[in-house]
Amino acid sequence: MTTNEVYRIALAGNPNTGKSTLFNALTGLKQHTGNWAGKTVSLAEGSVHYKKSTYRLIDLPGTYSLYSNSTDEEVARNYIVFEKPHVTLVVLDATSLERNLNLALQVMEMTSNVIVCVNLIDEAKKRGIEIDELKLMRQLGVPVLKISARNKTGFPALLDTIDRMIRGEITTSPYAIQYNDEIEGKISELVPNVKKLVGDRFPSRWIALRLLDGDTSLLDEIQKRMHQEEESTWNTVQKTSGSHLENF
Amino acid sequence: MEYSSENERQSFRELLNQANELSTSSLRDEVVSSLYQTSQQICSRTVRFTKSKEDKKTERLDAVFTSPIWGFPIMLAMLGLIFYLTIAGANVPSSMLASFFTWLEDYISMAFFALNSPDWLHGVLVLGLYRGTTWVISVMLPPMAIFFPTFALLESYGYLPRVAFNMDRLFKKVGAHGKQSLTMAMGFGCNAAAVLSTRIIESPRERMLAILTNNFVPCNGRWGTLIVLASLFMAAGFTGGMKTLVSSGVIVGIVIFGIFVTFVVSWVLSKTMLKGVPTHYTLELPPYRRPKFFDTVVRSSLNKSYAVLMRAIKIAAPAGILTWVFANIYIGDTSIFMYGVNFLDPFAQSLGLDGYIMLAFILGLPANEVVLPILLMGYLSTGSMLEVDNLADLKNIFLDQGWTWLTALNMMLFSLLHYPCGTTLINIYKETKSYKWTFVAFLIPTVIAIGVTFAVAQLVRGMGWV
Repeated sequence: MTTNEVYRIALAGNPNTGKSTLFNALTGLKQHTGNWAGKTVSLAEGSVHYKKSTYRLIDLPGTYSLYSNSTDEEVARNYIVFEKPHVTLVVLDATSLERNLNLALQVMEMTSNVIVCVNLIDEAKKRGIEIDELKLMRQLGVPVLKISARNKTGFPALLDTIDRMIRGEITTSPYAIQYNDEIEGKISELVPNVKKLVGDRFPSRWIALRLLDGDTSLLDEIQKRMHQEEESTWNTVQKTSGSHLENF
Repeated sequence: MEYSSENERQSFRELLNQANELSTSSLRDEVVSSLYQTSQQICSRTVRFTKSKEDKKTERLDAVFTSPIWGFPIMLAMLGLIFYLTIAGANVPSSMLASFFTWLEDYISMAFFALNSPDWLHGVLVLGLYRGTTWVISVMLPPMAIFFPTFALLESYGYLPRVAFNMDRLFKKVGAHGKQSLTMAMGFGCNAAAVLSTRIIESPRERMLAILTNNFVPCNGRWGTLIVLASLFMAAGFTGGMKTLVSSGVIVGIVIFGIFVTFVVSWVLSKTMLKGVPTHYTLELPPYRRPKFFDTVVRSSLNKSYAVLMRAIKIAAPAGILTWVFANIYIGDTSIFMYGVNFLDPFAQSLGLDGYIMLAFILGLPANEVVLPILLMGYLSTGSMLEVDNLADLKNIFLDQGWTWLTALNMMLFSLLHYPCGTTLINIYKETKSYKWTFVAFLIPTVIAIGVTFAVAQLVRGMGWV
């Protein structure tokens, strides 16, 4: 049983993409709600056992963007950036992929451990929408899987991909949006200074972009988190082992 | 520790200042638009729509055509537009046809006299048969040749299922099945066919409701009557385009009234004879398709107008002869036809009609198409022969018989509400296998037709409006 490792998998996606359906289908009744990041918004958590690992799935609030316009967006954003889940599953609605892809691209600016789930694939087929997932995978630079959470199709491949990503067998190169020269210039001016402060703990290009967007509260949050990390390095070890115990 | 923290805070502040300096208010827009462009680019390379853009167009159009706000106004506007086109377009060709047939009649009559044929033969064949059929052609052909193609275009465009969708909620409210709106749409073509089409409703109770109320939708056979009467009488005070507009408004009003009666009858029946709760169903809306314009127009004007016209002529021709014979065989000093007219007249007058109209409706039981021709032949056979060259002359025939706008309105109402035609009644019997329900299907409209026209006549006369 000592081989049993716990990994955190975050589920992100637009509202009504079947994110929660996927969450429920994967975790069954092994769910509870947990509070994260001191926010009052509680996130549903559940676990899946696959091979010798336990995946703890965290159902992030459904949002259209991650620009922290609302509490939901902030919670989702903070979880991905600061709690650093081992894998972030971005659930997309196959019937309106273009709109949904915006969120995936935003997540990919924040972390490289991304798997894209194109959900509602049965519905899309019915409407005559064909998605070339191999091409999409090459374009995005992260694994892309077609699933139907409702019919529970595509789950084995999804779990296998999660497993391989966690074991480091998949290297991703997330598509980085190229902004116009002016913005890119400002980003490269800021990035070295961001890196100096946060090192490789947080995605510096993304932070630079958020700062340029006037998201000043992000810096406070980063400062706070960094101190928490320093103080609780030891605690985290305890906490992780604690959650091991929880599973037995 | 204290020092490094202070140092760190300093660095953060510097970073923040630097960011604030670089930050512009338009940056968010730039970022978002880059994001959308990227999404669009990636999708254009990886997503393929096999059902083409038509589907998207369908969704967008449906948002308008079936919207809670615009759905009904658009429906009424479409209906009004069809009638406007029909009335405005039919006027001239109708007059041209009428003068042509009158011109031809002179030569035919001359031929009869030249051949020394007896008077009665000329009467039966020319004044009865020829006049009856040519009247049907000149009065009914032009409006039908415009109305059917226009309606067919809307139908093949895919608009009619949207009408059904809009009506669905109302039908549910009165305890009927949503699909009743589809059978009703069918009824605009032919009530007899629509009775057969009620088979799409699974529940026997709701199907019976659809059968019993289908007649309140005017069919092909009645459009002609409605259009002719509305354009002759309903906008007397107006001229030109305004006149046409008012006439089409009246027809739209008549149709709406028919639908209103459908709802009331459905509601009353579902609370009394046919109690129950409506069942649920899914209505699939087909995509909009650009109709094959030429094809549709040709097919509907040739096939449909031709079929309806031939049906009218086939029945109108013998009816014309019969009417002429009845009108010219005298018992004492009164013709057989006039006996019928005189017998029905007092009752008909109380409904704002006259004996001729009532007799025409009774003789028109086999097919609604012949009601107006029989009426005209009845009027023309009374001896007061008129030179009829155009529609204004047609109006004079009516006016000579003491018609007012009330007569026209009540004839339209009676036509809308009265018993189903013979073919429809036979189909109702075939579908219900019950004399009782067939009789109910005859009785309900008849009672309503008499009740409504009586009430209207009494009200109008009581108020001194005519």
